Amino acid sequence: MAKKDTWKDVEKGAIIKRPGSAREYKTGDWRSQHPVYDQNRCIKCGVCYLYCPDAAIKIKPDGFIEIDEYYCKGCGICARECITGAFTMVPEGKEEKKK
Amino acid sequence: MSKRVGIEVSLAVSEAVKMAKVDVVAAYPITPQTHIVESLAEIIAEGHLDAEYVCVESEHSAMSACLGSSAVGARTFTSTAGQGLELMHEVVYVAASMRLPIVMAVANRALSSPLSVWGDHSDVMAVRDTGWIQVFCEKGQDAFDLTLWAFRLAEDKRVLFPVMVNMDGFHLTHVVEPIELPSQEEVDRFLPPIDFPTPLNPKQPVTMGAFAIPQFYTEIKKSQEVDFENTRPIIKETWDEFAKIFGRKYNAVEKYMTDGAETLLLTMGSFSQTASLAISELRKQGEKVGQIRLRLWRPFPFEELKEAVKGAKRLIILDRALSSGGPGGPVASEVKSALYGVPGAPKVASFIAGLGGRDILPEQFVEMIRHGIEVADKGQEGPYEMLGVRE
Repeated sequence: MAKKDTWKDVEKGAIIKRPGSAREYKTGDWRSQHPVYDQNRCIKCGVCYLYCPDAAIKIKPDGFIEIDEYYCKGCGICARECITGAFTMVPEGKEEKKK
Repeated sequence: MSKRVGIEVSLAVSEAVKMAKVDVVAAYPITPQTHIVESLAEIIAEGHLDAEYVCVESEHSAMSACLGSSAVGARTFTSTAGQGLELMHEVVYVAASMRLPIVMAVANRALSSPLSVWGDHSDVMAVRDTGWIQVFCEKGQDAFDLTLWAFRLAEDKRVLFPVMVNMDGFHLTHVVEPIELPSQEEVDRFLPPIDFPTPLNPKQPVTMGAFAIPQFYTEIKKSQEVDFENTRPIIKETWDEFAKIFGRKYNAVEKYMTDGAETLLLTMGSFSQTASLAISELRKQGEKVGQIRLRLWRPFPFEELKEAVKGAKRLIILDRALSSGGPGGPVASEVKSALYGVPGAPKVASFIAGLGGRDILPEQFVEMIRHGIEVADKGQEGPYEMLGVRE
């Protein structure tokens, strides 16, 4: 689709001439819950990183992790798989617990 | 210079494809389309046409291969019939929505079950709403001409929609008719080489057939639909162009002896030829009858139809397909919607006959018209009547 969103902006056959347009789609919007990460319990094993189906978990240079909220769909697999229970799933819109 | 030859209609279609210099044919043989693709395979194998013939394992693959070849800007042809058209069904939609100018000849055939290889219009009615431009042939010359024309229309940059050329299985595909074959020079004048505006090209990459979230789908469909509606004047324009070069004029709605006609018979496809014998006969007997024939099925020619039935009191419509539990035959229900609210619109009698290859003889058309006059005057009970059924 072109820059604007009206039907007149659609290319014939809805072809997309610009690469990377999928990036504009924030799949994190699908979330109904999100993981809250407790770095104090993290042992830097990387299990969450391996299991995340959306590649929404990144390992930082210091070995701890970071959650990419733009892509995290809130499936809760990280919380289920984490050996030390470093993730808590919190319903969307609820305040994160202060550590 | 053109030459008049006696040729089987299927072979004339292949001749048109050859003269159109297609780049790719991807097809799976199925009765009664077989002679078309068989002869094309031969033409290509013998080196008379420089094209790829893709032997696929099914019709679903045939249309999928056509998507690919058309997307790189190759002139692409396929052909199928009946069950084959149903098997490729989902890809038929994709071709139209991706705006790929594929040309397909459909040798219209009844659908199973019971298995029937013979002709009627059930197959095309199932793909009516796929977004293809759809025309019907009445005789061999139409099949040759419209196949050639289909490439010109489909590839027009203002159009870019696939075109389906319908011809009745056996009743038309398998008969030998005298057909005027133009010279290659004339064909080249009418049909320039294909110039697809956005072919798949690694140097200028585009994404085709991407997924669309609810935020975009409606806008995409609206844009497609507006473009489809806008093909109407271009269909007419390209038929005018065709007439200029080849001297044969096609119209969205064809008329026969309609002057002063109080009763009109509406037909579509090759049975129109037989029906016209009945019309001539009745005219000789002083009956005020005429015939209109639908050439263009999609986009439906609303204005041309309204104009053609103006002044007529009765309209008898023959359908060669059923719409189970629906408002009548597919053609009749379309025509009734077209005439809804039109002041002085003719009264409609909707008949279904000629299913699964059953003939309708000229004298049966005479009966149909006589009966139709009564039914239209009285008002039809129920949505339609099936004619010629053993009780």
